[in-house]
Amino acid sequence: MSKAAPAEAVERSRLDPEPIPRRDFLGLAATWSALATLAFAALGMLRLPKAAVLPSPSKKFRVSLPESLAPGEPFLAPGRPVVLVRDGLGVYAVSRVCTHLGCIVQPSPAGFDCPCHGSRFAPDGAVLKGPAPKPLQWLAVSSLGAGSYVVDEGAAVPPGTRVKA
Amino acid sequence: MTAPAPALRRFGDNLRAAPRRLRDSLFRSGRPVSDRTRASFVFGNVFLHLHPARVHRWSLRPTFTLGLGVMTLSTFLVALVTGILLMVYYKPSTALAYDSIKDLHFVVPTGRFIRNIHRWAANLMVVGVLLHMARAFYTGAYRAPRELNWVVGMLLLAITLGLSFTGYLLPWDQLAYWAVTIGANIAQSPREVTDALGITAWLDAGGLQKELLLGSDTVGEEALIRFYLLHVMVLPLALCTLLAVHFWRVRKDGGLVRPADAEARLGPAPQGTWPVFTEAPQKTYSLAALVKGKTAAVGRGPEGTVPAMPHLLLAESAALMLSVLLCVLLSVLADAPLKELANPAVPENPAKAPWYFLGLQELVAHSAFMGGIGIPTVVLVGLGLIPFLDRESEGTGLWFGGPGGGRLVALSAVYGLLAVVGIEAFAIHYGWIREWWPKAPQLLITLVNPGTVLTAAYAAWSVWLVRRHDSTRAGALGLFTCFAVGFLVLTVIGVHFRGPNWDFYWWPSQWPGH
Repeated sequence: MSKAAPAEAVERSRLDPEPIPRRDFLGLAATWSALATLAFAALGMLRLPKAAVLPSPSKKFRVSLPESLAPGEPFLAPGRPVVLVRDGLGVYAVSRVCTHLGCIVQPSPAGFDCPCHGSRFAPDGAVLKGPAPKPLQWLAVSSLGAGSYVVDEGAAVPPGTRVKA
Repeated sequence: MTAPAPALRRFGDNLRAAPRRLRDSLFRSGRPVSDRTRASFVFGNVFLHLHPARVHRWSLRPTFTLGLGVMTLSTFLVALVTGILLMVYYKPSTALAYDSIKDLHFVVPTGRFIRNIHRWAANLMVVGVLLHMARAFYTGAYRAPRELNWVVGMLLLAITLGLSFTGYLLPWDQLAYWAVTIGANIAQSPREVTDALGITAWLDAGGLQKELLLGSDTVGEEALIRFYLLHVMVLPLALCTLLAVHFWRVRKDGGLVRPADAEARLGPAPQGTWPVFTEAPQKTYSLAALVKGKTAAVGRGPEGTVPAMPHLLLAESAALMLSVLLCVLLSVLADAPLKELANPAVPENPAKAPWYFLGLQELVAHSAFMGGIGIPTVVLVGLGLIPFLDRESEGTGLWFGGPGGGRLVALSAVYGLLAVVGIEAFAIHYGWIREWWPKAPQLLITLVNPGTVLTAAYAAWSVWLVRRHDSTRAGALGLFTCFAVGFLVLTVIGVHFRGPNWDFYWWPSQWPGH
């Protein structure tokens, strides 16, 4: 130890002690570990309300198109927010869940209208008016034969995708 | 007959004295007849001791506070009591909720009356908290040292709206189902931005929020339980905690705000006012804590103050009685609504939220993210920053105090009115970007829509006022007035002028049949 150090120690008062960096380090380490532990515990608690299994009903359903359905005429799947259309190229399904805030759009002469915030969609789902940020989703359809189809509400496909009737 | 034994006699005496002794132990300091006993009546009682022992006459003027804070608290207490009564019969399950509300409405004795009171108390609480906020703002009550209490007040406003929102899900009727569907999708609306940027696959904040709120990807049993938990437990506890902080801070920040020359403005107290420190033998101060600011009475004499018992307590009781009267009167006049059972296949047309959310619904009808999250966040952050930006002191404690005063507020109201009516009329008449240019990128519409244009117009006005008057307070007055007028006009448009498919109609009688 150098000779200057004791002289400095004498000048310091009891209320203004010599700083001891290793104690600061221990204090800071303890504070930050406590904060990190609390933050981690809070995140861990948030893990509980984030469900591992979503208890919603199956997204797949089966539907039969009537023989009398005219080409291009929308068919509302019973009990499901989906519309099916059969035209010259095949069968496709469009979701009726508005891409804005999830209301169910209703068919209109020009396509679909949303009752909640006024979005309008063309028959192929393209946005014509209103706040909807995206076109209505086209959904995966597979044919079971004899006019029966399986639609998967959880599987979006690119617009224009059809399955052979 | 012999005289009773001394022990028995003492027992008899004690029995006779029991009521008096019970009273003495309840009110230790005796009857509140002198300044000292009035003071100890307040601070010796756990339910009253949040009050000051003495209160300034400025704080008691009805034209200053309008009793709004106490009335808001009163409506909360009414909602709390009636809410507990409703919980006796309510069943939070999708299969039973609607029927249990119907039972409450049609079968349970006084059930309809209690439910009406609960609903009206909740509505009045929203009105009260908004008006109380406006009062605090226009009298400059947010200024130092009361900055934190302004922020706590804004949290209380948010919790109040959260309580209302979670409350109207519970009947599981059409209003409930579609309001929650819309609310959950607003929570999901950050996707509007992440989709436009193409980063939803890596960072899906919107999807996470919706999933935490609903516990599923659709509105169902899990969502009902979560909203019920929020409504009856989480939010009331948070509200009570913050209320305690709010009231405690009112005391610690030196009572209600008042101008420095309040005593000169009030003039001498009228004859017959309870005397001021005349009956106590001597004046002693015992400070529990040093209070910041210029408001501590030490060294200045308590001339402007009167005992809180009875003056403040009477004023508070009057506000409480008025609130209860309003709740009961409105409940007799109008029933709480109950729509058809929730139908996930068919939304109502129009699907309208309760009135206090219709301004927001008008905004989300332009952009889900901006209307539901972006603009409300900007407004809340802007309002929360006001006390930290406005460090002036001119006009504190006076209605519309500050540079320009009432004239500035009136001008701002006119500007705010013209801006909101003009922008809405333009959007209703000419449509917006999507109709002119169907392939427009969504990010452009999210950034530039009637809601954001209106917010920018208000911000520009506020900045101009700051420059014009060389005062942050002037800008704050203008901004708050504009927001208030904008909220009011958007609410009126949503309530009255929107019909099926959210189209514009002058009168509901013009709505097409459906």
